[in-house]
Amino acid sequence: MSAPAQQLAQNLVQSVDWLAVAPPTLVAVVGLAVLVADLFVAEHRKALLGWVSVAGLAAALLLLLPLLDGDRATFCLNDGTRACSYVADPFTLAVQLLVLGGALVAALLSVTTLKDAGRGLPEGEFWFLLLSSAAGAALLPASRDLATLIVALEVASLPAFALVGLRHGDRRSSEAALKFFLSSVTATAVSLMGVSFVYASTGTLHLTEIARRVQDVDGQLTTLADTGVVLTLVGFAFKTAAVPFHFWVPDTYVGAPLPIAAYLSVVGKAVGLTGLVLVTVVALPSYADVWGPALAALAALTMTVGNAGALRQRGTRAYSAVRLLAWSSIGQAGYLLVPIAAAAYSGDAERSIGSTVAYALMYGAVNLGAFAVAALVGRTASRNRLTDYRGLYASHPLAALLLAFFLLCLAGLPPGIIGLFAKVTVFSAAVDAGLGWLAVLMAVNVVVALYYYLRWTALLFRAPEGTPREHRSPAPLTAALAVTAVLAVALSGAPQLILRFAGTGLF
Amino acid sequence: MIDINESVMQFLLALIVAGPLLGAVAALLPAPPGLKGKSPEQAVLRHGVTVTGAVLIAAIVLALGFDHGHPSRMQATTDISWIPALDVRIHLGIDGISLPLLVLTALLTFLCALHSYFRTPSGPTPKAFVALLLVLESGTLASFAVLDLLLFFLAFETVLVPMYFLIARWGGEGRAEAAWKFILYTLLGSVVMLLGLLLIGITAGTFDMVALATDNGRSLTTSVQVIAVLAIGIGLAVKTPMWPLHSWLPDAHTAAPTVGSVLLAGVLLKMGTYGFVRIVLPVAPDGFRTFAPYLAALAVVGIIYGSLACLSLARRGAKGDLKRLIAYSSVGHMGFVLLGVATMTPTGVNGALFANVAHGLITGLLFFLVGALKDRTGSTDLDTLAEETGAALYGRAPRLGGLLAFAAVASLGLPGLAGFWGEMLALFGAFDPAAGLSRPAFLTFMAIGASGTLLTAAYLLLVVRRVCMGAAPQDRPRLPDVRRHEFAAWTPLVVLTVVAGLWPKALLGLTDPAVQQLLSGGTR
Repeated sequence: MSAPAQQLAQNLVQSVDWLAVAPPTLVAVVGLAVLVADLFVAEHRKALLGWVSVAGLAAALLLLLPLLDGDRATFCLNDGTRACSYVADPFTLAVQLLVLGGALVAALLSVTTLKDAGRGLPEGEFWFLLLSSAAGAALLPASRDLATLIVALEVASLPAFALVGLRHGDRRSSEAALKFFLSSVTATAVSLMGVSFVYASTGTLHLTEIARRVQDVDGQLTTLADTGVVLTLVGFAFKTAAVPFHFWVPDTYVGAPLPIAAYLSVVGKAVGLTGLVLVTVVALPSYADVWGPALAALAALTMTVGNAGALRQRGTRAYSAVRLLAWSSIGQAGYLLVPIAAAAYSGDAERSIGSTVAYALMYGAVNLGAFAVAALVGRTASRNRLTDYRGLYASHPLAALLLAFFLLCLAGLPPGIIGLFAKVTVFSAAVDAGLGWLAVLMAVNVVVALYYYLRWTALLFRAPEGTPREHRSPAPLTAALAVTAVLAVALSGAPQLILRFAGTGLF
Repeated sequence: MIDINESVMQFLLALIVAGPLLGAVAALLPAPPGLKGKSPEQAVLRHGVTVTGAVLIAAIVLALGFDHGHPSRMQATTDISWIPALDVRIHLGIDGISLPLLVLTALLTFLCALHSYFRTPSGPTPKAFVALLLVLESGTLASFAVLDLLLFFLAFETVLVPMYFLIARWGGEGRAEAAWKFILYTLLGSVVMLLGLLLIGITAGTFDMVALATDNGRSLTTSVQVIAVLAIGIGLAVKTPMWPLHSWLPDAHTAAPTVGSVLLAGVLLKMGTYGFVRIVLPVAPDGFRTFAPYLAALAVVGIIYGSLACLSLARRGAKGDLKRLIAYSSVGHMGFVLLGVATMTPTGVNGALFANVAHGLITGLLFFLVGALKDRTGSTDLDTLAEETGAALYGRAPRLGGLLAFAAVASLGLPGLAGFWGEMLALFGAFDPAAGLSRPAFLTFMAIGASGTLLTAAYLLLVVRRVCMGAAPQDRPRLPDVRRHEFAAWTPLVVLTVVAGLWPKALLGLTDPAVQQLLSGGTR
């Protein structure tokens, strides 16, 4: 073989670190396997598919363990830059933990929902879609070039549209899916446009390279680069459901099957935030003066509008519990944006990002827990109104105590210690960055949010109307509740477990 | 007084903070065999008495083992890293400033548990009541024992949810609204306080109160101190409460059950003033000096405002509620405490701490008495009680009437009882404020504050006249006099009021060295 050909072969053939890419790959493979297996599994054995999916997600979580020892990277360029497309650093692992864990809990919730729905929901397709979306979401934090990032983002969100609209013959479900789909596709188109502008002006797709080259863009191309940056950011802001891109959230959550709403509230949010972090902090640190104020304003708007929306929920309206959780998740997204905005101002951007990661992990655990209790109550009270929770303590004391604990964690009040300290890290990121106004606004929002969380909590312990309904809790639901409860309680005792991300370098 | 091993002292302090929390969890579980009692209700209330009693004994032993020769030294200290990422340490310790408040809290909570044991609170299950009471106790005790800013904030927040439920579920008329007002006001204050604490901690690089107090604000620029003091001060002032941030207090007191009122007035308000002395004064002295005159002015307004509000409530035909009246009198009394702190002198701060404890004892007693009065007559409305001539408690229930008069007289600051020394020392402090503070302004505050004591005397004597005295017609039924368990619950408060009044050195000897050290920045 001639020398140039050998060199070409070296460039094309590279050794792939299969262990590093194992978690998302395994999820995708299991997803495909489930889709194929669906054809051969008898009707009464369909529940098996669910358990296979749950096992696949659990195995993917376990595969994170061997990666803990250090930074791994694969799919790297062989030229001098050594820029890689897939990096498994602490940031990636933390987000993958959140995404896969969130998908696992959502899957546990789904097992019961699918069983209750009977033939209303097609099992094989459901699990395939859920696992594909989870695979995309797990790929996203590891991707370090814009092409992989966009692909991962689409793999994460396209199956989600289908999942939202999966309930056959349900008008609300299909309407929600359409709303979600149209607005999301618009956002993707916008960010794709932005990415192409950035590529045109810098000539690279790798994030670290963009960070280097965007600083000395050809004078003629600066407008193009600036436009590209703004458009990319807009696209990712949509995915976090930041105001003013939030309007699809409440209807989508109500229209979707409950576990999917839970999945979107945690994993969907994580996807958007991760993309935002990668684009802002890794790819465009030199544009901090652009995205810093923009994100700060976005965070302020998002938390205020989200909390105001949650405050407006009437307890007697149908699905008000899910609506409240939907609005509150918008409010929480606002808190999550605060440290990212602070990263633009502080000298230590990684610490700020760590606050977001820590807060997201806390939020993931307790929000999924709240959804698990909502799923439990929704089995007997299908309209899932807030008033249906009245007197839950009398009929199901443990579920009521847990929901109270989760809600207080979300509110950030003791005994929800982990919620309190997660808020403290966010506050300290803001104070550290000198964003005093944002911290004060967030303080007011925390008080507003307390009002609706505590109102719901108080409702749980009121005397029930009529005879208490018996909630029989099936095993998968109990497992989901147990996982989230153990996590939330353990974290309250040892907040360092997740707050360590706020103290160390992540990238 | 008695020599106790340091590690035993550490264990005692940890037990005092964590014990009630474990007790709260245990209260929610079914009673183990052998402790089932006559009924589940009785068993859980007895559990409450046992746990609070054990905590009280531990607190007393801790007080006995405390090295009274060196009250300015932190004792029984534990220092364990908890959340390295945020630099939060479980740093516990007591000195002469926190010890009296710790014992006071343990005592009042025990008395409250005892009270509830004999008179089951009307409302939902006592199980939750006892659990909430214990969480509340743990939060208050922790806030006096911790030496880490973020842990202090955690303890400060811990009391909110239990108190909310105590008011909202076991309270009287208008309880839902009052409970909301209480928690939203206090939370808004404390979140703002958190921002101030974070500013200090991040700028100075540590959240440790002892280290920050020793530093005495040297590593903080004046502008940082000013902003931090403003933020922390607002949070603490809401809790204290300082006029004009007090408006949650009268509603909360009026609606709360007896036990809730006692703990609210006796313990929770102290967390605000304690925060001023423990955090604001030593950590950011320059910032505090900027605000001291304003704080003093607002404190004096509070004194006058509280007294005038009480006077108008005590008038005939004003439909004044006794609990509301005592709540307003708390605004006045806490005004003296704030005035003492604002002088930044050892005299004033000692007076403030003394008044703190005295107010806890006396107002706790007053709320107990009013609660007892409500049990017997079904009303706390002064006009309903007094009718035409007066409620004539002296005639109808002489011991109860006598105790009420005693508490009222103690509250107005009669020399020889606990209420006197604190207010007098606070006024003394204002007579000669610390260097850098305007003396004429503080002299004016002192004069106004002193006239406030006259107004206090006026309304309290009016209350005594309308409730205790009056013509007792033969046909009016006699009321059941003080019962045995009530005696048991009130005697300690009465005795301590007299002892603190006659032997103030017992308390001042503890606080004074610690205060001197805090004010001089731990270098003494």
